Amino acid sequence: MSEDALTADLAPALAREEAGDPFTVGGETFTSRLLLGTGGVPSLEALEASVRASGTQLVTVALRRVEASAGSAMMAVLDRCGVRLLPNTAGCRTAREAVLTARLAREAFGTNWVKLEVIGDEHTLLPDVVELLDAAEQLVAEGFVVLAYTTDDPVLGRRLADAGCAAVMPLGSPIGSGLGIRNPHNIALLREAVSVPVVLDAGIGTASDAAQAMELGCDAVLLASAVTRARDPERMALAMRQAVEGGRLAKLAGRIPRRWHAEASTSFAGLPEL
Amino acid sequence: MQVTVNGVPAQLAEDVTVADLVAARVGGHDRVAVARNGDVVPRSSWEQTRLADGDALEVLAPTAGG
Repeated sequence: MSEDALTADLAPALAREEAGDPFTVGGETFTSRLLLGTGGVPSLEALEASVRASGTQLVTVALRRVEASAGSAMMAVLDRCGVRLLPNTAGCRTAREAVLTARLAREAFGTNWVKLEVIGDEHTLLPDVVELLDAAEQLVAEGFVVLAYTTDDPVLGRRLADAGCAAVMPLGSPIGSGLGIRNPHNIALLREAVSVPVVLDAGIGTASDAAQAMELGCDAVLLASAVTRARDPERMALAMRQAVEGGRLAKLAGRIPRRWHAEASTSFAGLPEL
Repeated sequence: MQVTVNGVPAQLAEDVTVADLVAARVGGHDRVAVARNGDVVPRSSWEQTRLADGDALEVLAPTAGG
């Protein structure tokens, strides 16, 4: 089924809701609250279809030695889609490496935006938060717009925001694990703790995880593997777009309180005796 | 002169600039960054920056990433 067919009835209402509730980060405003990573994408065709179906306006990219790079064709796809680029510092293990990588990315991509990640463990790919905070402070001082990939620690989130990060991006669970949001309470606490945007980054496995992130109060969701490694990336990209929007609308609409026992939705007044 | 480019030893002629190296290594890319001995070489300095014996160079280009 084509994307057009899937979205034909839904598209106008979805677009209207998105346009009326913009997402602002680093002084830029976006109508989409879904950030898409390109890592793991099976083909350029799948990449373009996924980017378009997701409605994303902000896409992460990386820098590697030229022999191992994706070639100019990938950039041509992203240019054609008209998305803003968010270079990452994936693979960096120290603040020094991450700062240098951010500077190189600024040269290559012509943007001072960076998804800052400093990895501390090769099995879990969990952030090294000591190096992360150090790198964030240096990059903010150099004028970078820093979106910091971090653990789901509200205190650390506040330290990153205080350091001048444009967004705090807590993981739901380890990168690529698809385990969803393991500590929803921490995500909600982190959202309360900072005034900058909170972007749920890493761990999303399926659409309900993305919706949950938004229901918890996150301002946006960043995901890659959940789409790029899905059996049908284009369809999953559309699912994620709708999930993010659905979760956002539910958060704005205000959910009912949880109750231990039932509360009848049909009135007992006028119940006949039969 | 002997340098290292992306981790691989390379023998280069004397009087080679970063711009020359990029032209030789990177066909068709316009988004490229170069590090020399751990520092960024800004694009505006490529033409003037001459390589020296023992330099460690990293020539980087875009790829997919999450």
